[in-house]
Amino acid sequence: MAKNHVTTTINGEPVEYLCETQQTLLDVLRDELQLTGSKEGCASGDCGACSVMVDGRLVCSCLVMGVEAEGKSIETIEGMADGDQLHPLQQKFLENAALQCGICTPGFLVAAKALLEKNPDPTETEVRYWLAGNLCRCTGYDKIIRSVLEVAEEAKGA
Amino acid sequence: MNGMRYEAPSSIDEASALLAGASGEARVLAGGTDLLVQLRSGMVAPELVVDVKNIEEMMTYSVNDGAYTIGAAVPSAQLHEDADLLGMWTGVVEAMDLVGSTQIQGRASLGGNLCNASPAADSVPAMIAAGAICNVAGPNGRREVPVEDICTGPGQTSLAKGEIVVSISLPKQAPRTGDAYLRFIPRTEMDIAVVGAGVCLSLDDSGTCTDARVSLGAVAPTALLVKECADALIGTKVDDAAMANLDAAARAAASPIDDKRGTVEFRTKVSGVLARRAAAIALERAGS
Repeated sequence: MAKNHVTTTINGEPVEYLCETQQTLLDVLRDELQLTGSKEGCASGDCGACSVMVDGRLVCSCLVMGVEAEGKSIETIEGMADGDQLHPLQQKFLENAALQCGICTPGFLVAAKALLEKNPDPTETEVRYWLAGNLCRCTGYDKIIRSVLEVAEEAKGA
Repeated sequence: MNGMRYEAPSSIDEASALLAGASGEARVLAGGTDLLVQLRSGMVAPELVVDVKNIEEMMTYSVNDGAYTIGAAVPSAQLHEDADLLGMWTGVVEAMDLVGSTQIQGRASLGGNLCNASPAADSVPAMIAAGAICNVAGPNGRREVPVEDICTGPGQTSLAKGEIVVSISLPKQAPRTGDAYLRFIPRTEMDIAVVGAGVCLSLDDSGTCTDARVSLGAVAPTALLVKECADALIGTKVDDAAMANLDAAARAAASPIDDKRGTVEFRTKVSGVLARRAAAIALERAGS
């Protein structure tokens, strides 16, 4: 069967690709476009390691078909830093060692950025619930939650 | 999934014709939060997937004289962001918001939650309690179907080949009306209901319950509309005696399975408890 031709926008750049119908957006990002920052943890929408933004909504790219990206605007972890300038969340995760193995980190960063754009001053409870769909088996979450809260706090002072 | 065909039509008629004309199994793709998991695991292997998200009627919602018509594929996050809708149909919107994570909320929809036909779907008892009506389109035109008549068993619906739930209508509320949905899960987030209970009730000026609908989820092959529960509330001040009758009626209606997430005994008892607690919240919302 012929592959699907998809025209989309990824991190602000126009992108075209061919994909099989059964490929997920995550498969396309990683295997066709070599954007391997988004990770496959569970492939069933439970772990959030593949989190990306599609038209401004946080989603699991493992639960989006590659063909669905037609005409959409996709943001991935690769678009988070501005050149060599890390996003404040990325910087804070490093400073606080809010990661160990790092597999969940891109998903957490994309999800946390989406939270702060929607709610710049969240409570700890709001952060914990927002990030409930991002699983980390190393850190115990505290450093991650604290990092998000610190970035929000520092943005208020800025 | 080999050879699976993907179509993304922009009209209901086209979508219906594609589904009706499929030679093998065909599936509607809304948010995909159930379908993609099923495709991945091999639970389903459709010949055709029809993505309905390019159909405006399925991706928008409107309010007309107090009645909402919600496109079946509108993502839950969008509904939860609408303060007016959340204020009016708090139970329905909160129930849908319980489904999955933030990421799931960005895609999952009322129509998808309903048509996936899980007995534990959180939004379904809430919609049944609310008296929600599905607007169904198919090869033979349109028909209206109460939400409680869509699911016929786990994973099974009454929809004919080529039929699609286009939108869901929530009726205009009587002046003092409130709704609520509660579920039991062993943790606080990201789990599937062991028991769910949806209640919608209306009060007159004296505080007497004039109308009620009560629905239980995850305690039968489909979500139940329990008339005996409503009867326990209607005509009362929703006092302790009425609540005790509601509790008993809910326990009598529940016919759950035993599984690793809950025993028959536990689910039966919790049916009564959650019906009462949801009624108490609905009562407070109706009174305020």
